[in-house]
Amino acid sequence: MMTRNAPAIQAYNSLSILRVMLTGLIGIMLTACAHQPATPSLYDSLGQKTGIENIVSRLIYEIGDDPTIRPYFEDSDLDRFHEKLSEQICEVSGGPCTYSGDSMVDVHTRMNVNEADFNRLVDLLIAAMDHQKIPHPTQNRLLSILAPMRGDIIYR
Amino acid sequence: MCRTAVHFFLLCCAATGVQAGEGKLLGTPGVTQLEGSGGGGIVPWATMAGYASRDETAISGFATRVNVDDYRLSVWGAAINLYDRVEVSFAHQNFYLKGAGSEIRQDIAGLKVRLSGDLVYTDWPQISAGIQHKMLADDTIADAVGAKDSNHGTDLYVVASKLHLGAIGGYNALWSLAGRATKANQLGLLGYGGDDKDSYSLNLEASVAVLLSRQWALGAEYRQKPDNLSFAEEQDWMDLFVAYLPNKHINATLAYADLGDIAGADHQTGVYLSITGYFW
Ligand code: HEM
Repeated sequence: MMTRNAPAIQAYNSLSILRVMLTGLIGIMLTACAHQPATPSLYDSLGQKTGIENIVSRLIYEIGDDPTIRPYFEDSDLDRFHEKLSEQICEVSGGPCTYSGDSMVDVHTRMNVNEADFNRLVDLLIAAMDHQKIPHPTQNRLLSILAPMRGDIIYR
Repeated sequence: MCRTAVHFFLLCCAATGVQAGEGKLLGTPGVTQLEGSGGGGIVPWATMAGYASRDETAISGFATRVNVDDYRLSVWGAAINLYDRVEVSFAHQNFYLKGAGSEIRQDIAGLKVRLSGDLVYTDWPQISAGIQHKMLADDTIADAVGAKDSNHGTDLYVVASKLHLGAIGGYNALWSLAGRATKANQLGLLGYGGDDKDSYSLNLEASVAVLLSRQWALGAEYRQKPDNLSFAEEQDWMDLFVAYLPNKHINATLAYADLGDIAGADHQTGVYLSITGYFW
């Protein structure tokens, strides 16, 4: 009797563990999925104004090193790019800045940025943040705010 | 046959100067599921296998082994991704019965089309529809267990998948939910349809995952199964997996799989290991 039932109980136990884990994961995801507004803590986690400026400086360095993305910036005023992008990241992360640059559509029109190159720039931004020791969750929070801008940027 | 097709495809790409696929973010194509489609480990996702963006193509190959108490399933195959729109896949399955020392072989040709959305960038999930046509090499065992069709069967599925950036305490989270119409008994290894039921069943298949870093993912999957044969009950499948995706050329998945009762053998659990390589 015991030996016959043992596998069944085992099966039942591992089944319910899996179920609980699944339900738990889905539950966490459902509550966490709602878009969170930018909070000052993201701005702080990015290292405030200086931290953000350093990330953008490093991003420009990464761009200069990248044969695919560099050509886009051949004729650009990099000082302006540095100033405007830092300002933008400062603003969207909840910092005390107001973006004074041009709209995303205006800036990127006629560049014909494709999907792959957009993701390439995301990779470079991640590399820049890695270099500046920005924690993984903080990186994702910034990316989740920038990602919705993609439609204004690619294939224009 | 498959190799010639791949060669032909490579020639075409070389001739037209099509770009090799590297244009997706790391990890976002997922891995390869047991039937050769891009997905999680045991269920297909809406993503296309390979890193091709909408301007690119990609070719990938995979090998998987699931070793449970009384059986061992070995699978290999390849997939072509055309412009992040169409996925054409092929998989060969070899199901080894440890007790009997015999094996069941099945080929699966898959086609998946992305209908809408983008896993990462759209508010709505990415949605795809797919078909898996399954062909048994030998009808002996399928016949013996009471399958209605012991030659071939076709599964149809619709699947929605979404990655939420920073969703769980800053960590990226993914969910995928598929509905599959199928007659396949144990993936089709025991034939299609049976003496108890010979009509299509609608089964749900789900994956959830959390990305611990750019390279590591942790998740769980659940796959409902039909139950067509009177000789033995077929049960739902589950797994808990960890995937390592170091770069856009290779990834590996290790899982604990619970495949329930299979053909009368009680509670089959064991280890799932899979590797996908991205060649183009
Ligand atoms: C979410 C992603 C992106 C954001 C938030 C962003 C943001 C910005 C900002 C704030 C500026 C400065 C605007 C100004 O000067 O008024 C800028 C300029 C620029 N961006 Fe982007 N950008 C993104 C993606 C891309 C991509 C993918 C490319 C190309 C691969 C690109 C290429 C450029 C170039 C070349 C300039 C300089 C334009 C000029 O010289 O006037 N951007 N971007």
